[in-house]
Amino acid sequence: MADPMRIRANMTGDKVEVKVLMSHEMETGLRKDAQGKVIPAHFIRNVTVTHAGKTVLSAQWGTSVSRNPFLHFRFKGGKPGDKVTISWADNQGEKRTDEAVIAGG
Amino acid sequence: MRIHCLLAGMLAATLPCSAPAQQDTLRGIERYRQLLQDGNPAELYEARGEELWKRERGPKNASLERCDLGLGPGIVKGAYVRLPRYFADTDRVQDLESRLVTCMVTLQGFTTEEAKRNPFSGTGVPMLTTDPFSGVGQRSAMTDLVAWIASESRGMTIAPPMSHPKERLAYQAGENLFYYRAGPYDFGCVTCHGEEGKRIRLQNLPKMTNAKDAQRAFGTWPGYRVSEGELRSMQWRMWECIRQMRFPELEFASDASIALITYLAKKAEGGTLDAPAIKR
Repeated sequence: MADPMRIRANMTGDKVEVKVLMSHEMETGLRKDAQGKVIPAHFIRNVTVTHAGKTVLSAQWGTSVSRNPFLHFRFKGGKPGDKVTISWADNQGEKRTDEAVIAGG
Repeated sequence: MRIHCLLAGMLAATLPCSAPAQQDTLRGIERYRQLLQDGNPAELYEARGEELWKRERGPKNASLERCDLGLGPGIVKGAYVRLPRYFADTDRVQDLESRLVTCMVTLQGFTTEEAKRNPFSGTGVPMLTTDPFSGVGQRSAMTDLVAWIASESRGMTIAPPMSHPKERLAYQAGENLFYYRAGPYDFGCVTCHGEEGKRIRLQNLPKMTNAKDAQRAFGTWPGYRVSEGELRSMQWRMWECIRQMRFPELEFASDASIALITYLAKKAEGGTLDAPAIKR
């Protein structure tokens, strides 16, 4: 089971600013280990952010995203106390969902 | 600006690189660091370290919560900025990492060898004799613990105690090591860290005998290395410098490594701990 994400969601003006830190290897599949064997690709493929039952962000990622990815975005329509739910799924079938409560500005 | 400056350098080696260009470069690096600071993955290591501290592990199935880091059993807050220090129970000066080895042995029942195995997470440059790294994608309990314990001293003043004779001895040994030149390159720590304004590529080299430089350098380790995607500790920093100088391998948690760290901690006295930081 992957480590939990670190999520910060704050009101900035009329928008919600979300900062997410994910714990993931994001292995490209191009590297070799000390024995010369290829390290299998292992990376986050889909990221979905929902708020009040609505998808506010949907992303398709690949191997060019760094290890332990940091995601920072803003969306409209949230208010303090609401929940933001973030999910990712990787190419090896691993998944993780975490949520955070939006803090006041 | 930089290209212009390099060209000037090539045309006339004696021509000094213009000061404003250098300032621009420094500001650029500073801005890059600030941009990264917001999403420092060190947070992930800190969270794991805190959990590890409380988790019952080892043959004795015990947590580290009674581990004495110098301020009394179980006190973590502010412990990191008061290390390395002398510990009566082991009768030696210890830094954080060697002290954690002691606690893993006495409280959790690991053998010293087990506690010292893979002190650094992920991979490093292959070494001749041993490999202290945990391997591709592997965690290191030591690294995670270091991240959390250091974070519990963030914002505090670096103040290693220097009252015990063995602490002063470690400082002196560290000073000797710092100035010791040897190896195929006839290198020593002082070769890179004894002069003002030196750089390796874009990295400024701190002059360790200068308090401000030392405070900044010491105060930002442990740090998350973006280029390696791993958190690196003070023991790793020593190990890596020694390797780059082509010295014999620096043994993890050895007296020599602790002496060097004691010397640097004392040089950085009065600075503020800003770690775990984020680095290139």
